[in-house]
Amino acid sequence: MSTPRGSLESDGRFEETSLDASSFTPLFILVTVREAINQGMDEELERDEKVFLLGEEVAQYDGAYKVSRGLWKKYGDKRIIDTPISEMGFAGIAVGAAMAGLRPICEFMTFNFSMQAIDQVINSAAKTYYMSGGLQPVPIVFRGPNGASAGVAAQHSQCFAAWYGHCPGLKVVSPWNSEDAKGLIKSAIRDNNPVVVLENELMYGVPFELSSEAQSKDFLVPIGKAKIERQGTHITVVSHSRPVGHCLEAATVLSKEGIECEVINMRTIRPMDIETIEASVMKTNHLVTVEGGWPQFGVGAEICARIMEGPAFNFLDAPAVRVTGADVPMPYAKILEDNSVPQVKDIIFAIKKTLNI
Amino acid sequence: MQRHDVASVTNAPIVAPRAFSPRDTQKVGGVALAVWVVGGCGCPVLHSMKKMLAAAVSRVLGGGAQKPASRVLVASCNYSNDATFEIKKCDLHRLEEGPPVTAVLTREDGLQYYRMMQTVRRMELKADQLYKQKFIRGFCHLCDGQEACYVGLKAGANPSDHAITAYRAHGLCYAYGLSVQSILAELTGRRGGCAKGKGGSMHMYGRNFYGGNGIVGAQVPLGAGVALACKYKGSNEVCLTLYGDGAANQGQIFEAYNMAALWKLPCIFICENNRYGMGTAIERASASTDYYKRVNFIPGLRVDGMDVLCVREAAKFAADYCRSGKGPIVMELQTYRYHGHSMSDPGISYRTREEIQNIRSKSDPIMLLKDKMLNNKLSSIEELKEIDVGVRKEIDDAAQFATTDPEPPLEELGHHVYNNNLPFEVRGTNQWIKFKSIS
Repeated sequence: MSTPRGSLESDGRFEETSLDASSFTPLFILVTVREAINQGMDEELERDEKVFLLGEEVAQYDGAYKVSRGLWKKYGDKRIIDTPISEMGFAGIAVGAAMAGLRPICEFMTFNFSMQAIDQVINSAAKTYYMSGGLQPVPIVFRGPNGASAGVAAQHSQCFAAWYGHCPGLKVVSPWNSEDAKGLIKSAIRDNNPVVVLENELMYGVPFELSSEAQSKDFLVPIGKAKIERQGTHITVVSHSRPVGHCLEAATVLSKEGIECEVINMRTIRPMDIETIEASVMKTNHLVTVEGGWPQFGVGAEICARIMEGPAFNFLDAPAVRVTGADVPMPYAKILEDNSVPQVKDIIFAIKKTLNI
Repeated sequence: MQRHDVASVTNAPIVAPRAFSPRDTQKVGGVALAVWVVGGCGCPVLHSMKKMLAAAVSRVLGGGAQKPASRVLVASCNYSNDATFEIKKCDLHRLEEGPPVTAVLTREDGLQYYRMMQTVRRMELKADQLYKQKFIRGFCHLCDGQEACYVGLKAGANPSDHAITAYRAHGLCYAYGLSVQSILAELTGRRGGCAKGKGGSMHMYGRNFYGGNGIVGAQVPLGAGVALACKYKGSNEVCLTLYGDGAANQGQIFEAYNMAALWKLPCIFICENNRYGMGTAIERASASTDYYKRVNFIPGLRVDGMDVLCVREAAKFAADYCRSGKGPIVMELQTYRYHGHSMSDPGISYRTREEIQNIRSKSDPIMLLKDKMLNNKLSSIEELKEIDVGVRKEIDDAAQFATTDPEPPLEELGHHVYNNNLPFEVRGTNQWIKFKSIS
């Protein structure tokens, strides 16, 4: 048996692993997004004493969506704190703790409830370093599920990417797969600035391959850098969070028709990596943006505006097109909800329209 | 002299007036029957009337019932018209006196409360079933165990009083006039739902009933606002503003307390303390679990929420207090939910099965009422069974509708964005998909 075992190094070398069990790292393992976030938080809690997690049901219930499973058992009451249902209050408490030198992870059970606390996120966290002339940093992470789920109706389905992405002083990330989730939560915790991590409930249970590199305790995904998930030549399709998967599905379907899509996973909403998008558009000459949030003043609108301001505009052969959520509060009935979120068919339609096919 | 109770579907007396004393007007199966006390037993007119009556009552009491009506008539000979009960004294905060410690329950009211509570119970259990069958999606928060709260509040308040609650709303929705059919069809997302399928479990509205609210605690300032409107309009109405023990720690509630007291708003703040806020026991969330004492400057009552009479008397007392212009009052209802927080919570990781079983066997609100009624001859086992049969049929029919009614049409996706507005177009998932939006 001479099948080599090892890992692909970043410089392209194949490093063969010795068969000594203690140094064996599997090439790929399947990890759900939920487990990836859990691992990321666990590793950072272990690495730095000042990191702690607070939020509703995060401790003894193991997390409303089980993302913090096992953490309270491991780290105890001091570092994993169950709060009452008092978002404004506990978000403020978290920001204060960050100002005084701790590194809180403040969980909102969903970002819909962050609206109750948004003053603390924006006015107390985001703006403070600037207002203090560089004296007072706020190293805090706000995290939780964002956007539509399934059948949770209007008050529980809003996407806040545009709202938080609007504000200077905040960093805003939006992971899609497990590698994104783990790497971004770790980067967010290590970042000295307020970072909003927009997770997605429907992605929590989805397994992805985690490379051996990503399994490492020092694996980070840099904030502010997009990733090209799929190379293509005919059109650039940009998205964040769950819709990235839909874009890849659309790309697979279109590939059979000879249309090759370049799919970009933004990973970060703010600061936006417009350069990666521009370079791609300059190659493909066509652009479709895809997001779950409402169209007006959204992430896609911002991308289109910036494309117009930069070098890529002259390379467009057709106007850029946005695929978004429908411009209504999320309806409950299944047929209405299905038509209020971007589907694979909507993405395919938009791509073909843009390419004039 | 034998007394026969004779039920007639009209209010007109059928035999000699002097033999009649119109006593109770019963609401059975939603139809008002006049119950007349008739003297004499051998009269042939009476006998054929009895047969007519048996047919009428049988029709009313439900569908396929074969013989029960005559059993009801025979059994009803011995019913009392009312009975007086001692009820638990409420704990008081900043009040000299509280609600009375005795309550009179008429037979008619007893049957109505029983029927309503049984309907809520069966409706919630049906919702559980429909959720597991995937007819209901998303969130579903059930209130079985808390029936006495909703029926008692409705009984104690005036018919024109307003109410608002959070997301564990189905019971109050029913008490406030939404039919089981419209509730279940809303849960299954059909066009026949009370919100046309647009809202789902947490967003059901009715006349003087403002939902159904998804954001914990947000409904409390809303309720205070409804109370402000009542005072503003001089309507002599109050607003029952319900929230849970978990929500009691929301800051906006304290803001609402302050303004309601400052402006003497006719708002009854009602904390449904079912001991757990999702998975967190009250002792782990609240520095003080005396929710009725939370406000230094607003009087409060702590009420046994498993006894419908206790709730009714407290609600009456609280509503009178508010109506008299003295300002808001807080009511804490001590109650219990059998289900977990929602359908995705089994409800046993933070409490024991023994605890749940204990409450079921000692404090179940429907059982408590039933015992009261049977022990005081306000009804009979047969009669209550009749009601159960009728309720079951109502729920089954409603579920049948809820699972067969069509979904709302896609063309209506954009409707009701604005009120009283000219029609306009709503953008769909891309710029080529447009929906018409009419008010």
